[in-house]
Amino acid sequence: MKIIIRLLKIIAVIIFLAGLIVLPHYLKFHYQDLLIFLTVNVLVVASYRIVTLTGEWSLIHAVMMGVGAYTAALLFKNFNLAIWFTLPLAGGMAGLIAALLSFPLFRMTQFYFLIGSFAAGEAIRLTWMQFIVPFGGSGGLSGIEPPMIGSIDFMDPIPYYYLALGVVSACLFILYRIEKSRIGLTLHAVHWKAPLAQSVGVDTWRYRALAFIIGSFFVGIAGALKIHYLGTITPNQFGIGFMVFILIWVIVGGYNTIFGPVIGVVVLTIFDESVRGFGELRPAIYGGVLIISILFLPLGLESIYTKFLTLCGIGGNSSDGPPP
Amino acid sequence: MSILEVRKLTKQFGGLTALADISFQVKEGEIHGLIGPNGAGKSTLFKNIAGFYTPTKGEIIYQGKKIAGKPPHVIAKMGIVRTFQETTLFQEMTVFENVLVGCFAKSRINLFSSILGLDKQLQKIAREKVLEVLEFIGLSNRKNQLASELPLGSQRALAISIALASEPKLMLMDEPFAGMNMEETKHMMDLTRKVQESGITIVLVEHDMKAVMGLCHFLTVLNFGHLLAEGTPEEIRHNEQVIEAYLGGAK
Repeated sequence: MKIIIRLLKIIAVIIFLAGLIVLPHYLKFHYQDLLIFLTVNVLVVASYRIVTLTGEWSLIHAVMMGVGAYTAALLFKNFNLAIWFTLPLAGGMAGLIAALLSFPLFRMTQFYFLIGSFAAGEAIRLTWMQFIVPFGGSGGLSGIEPPMIGSIDFMDPIPYYYLALGVVSACLFILYRIEKSRIGLTLHAVHWKAPLAQSVGVDTWRYRALAFIIGSFFVGIAGALKIHYLGTITPNQFGIGFMVFILIWVIVGGYNTIFGPVIGVVVLTIFDESVRGFGELRPAIYGGVLIISILFLPLGLESIYTKFLTLCGIGGNSSDGPPP
Repeated sequence: MSILEVRKLTKQFGGLTALADISFQVKEGEIHGLIGPNGAGKSTLFKNIAGFYTPTKGEIIYQGKKIAGKPPHVIAKMGIVRTFQETTLFQEMTVFENVLVGCFAKSRINLFSSILGLDKQLQKIAREKVLEVLEFIGLSNRKNQLASELPLGSQRALAISIALASEPKLMLMDEPFAGMNMEETKHMMDLTRKVQESGITIVLVEHDMKAVMGLCHFLTVLNFGHLLAEGTPEEIRHNEQVIEAYLGGAK
């Protein structure tokens, strides 16, 4: 029985991956664009999850994405660096800023941290607005081109999608490994009972900061990935509006496992597109569905899977920590 | 030889003096009881020793080093680990994972070895250590259960297991017997003695007089933040002041 389930799982994963690879060939141009942004947003929510793992919900994640995006844009425009260099450097810059911010920010917890992170984020974002040189002010920067490698032009959505898919998959794999490692276990511990973790020798400040830095590093990469395709960057792309979307995706998807936020962003994006025909009613329908889903699935869309397993009598593994 | 010495410790919260000029010593290898009526300042004293509070005045000396004011994780790494009054556990983790957190707590963070899986040796040692601790405490048969599903007695035992996994020299136990029935209390007493016999010094805050008298080698009695009396359980039992302030109510 167990072997069959494992086999089915492997087959499902292979079909899923194959589906991801052939998918763009069956989509219209507009949807190919959307698919790329969706792929990037998957990395945004997955990296946000590592921050929430310690129990702190920050409001600076969107701005951190912007830090990565601006880093990539400036490196490209001023030094003509290729995407292979701008991606890791964008992540590095976001991680560095996060490391500096953890000194003031992690002296706060809960609501204070939420507000503190928002304030710090706005300070960064408004700096982009104020400085025409080098950030381009509120108009931002444009003319950031996707790379050209040999004869493959990444301006074309399909090659760029494969590039984004590769980068995002690699990042997701690393995030998954971190979560399943002893660091992930300790982050969980810090989340649920910080005093208990402290009392056996866990430096909770250090772990909170570490999660924030890792999360910012990966969202910085996501920002660079987005901006290389989009070509233009403005401070408003990374405002509180986008941050709220991140929160919605994570909450509706569920934040008990790494799959929850990913499911959230995919399902909500597809849903949002599918109600496009409703015109003016679209935001209202979207909002209504959000409320319904939170009311009836407080543990998020991912809980459907566990419920399904229990129904089948297989019994989901209720623990989401690393396997012993 | 004393492992812990508290010297003229004072803790004030604004105008309220929770602890006034408390001095006492804990001998290595003993079970030291800390008793007193509600509000005597026992838990406050614990929090000062474990680093959750910073004393207003006075010193805490552990193995010859001053520790007052150091953060909890630093004090824990030096070998002082506390357990909590309520059943404080990582509720949604399994018993095994709970203890594993205790094992990993002291080890250095190494992001790259974690991602690449280069810390297999460390993992293996930790897992063996967890099994050893669970065997010692008698929770082996429950290792895959969620902490929240355990009965009260086992939850307290698990709290001690987490502390043990971090290899303490001194364990501060905050009311480990609260809310237990006779049988659970007896089991917990055996367990406490077993921990002490393995070479760990224990400081115990407790209201259950039978457990305290039966377990402790030495007692310190607090009353309204002041040191009231010190002595062996036998001496304390016959101390006039203590009877008046504390045991008197039980007669």
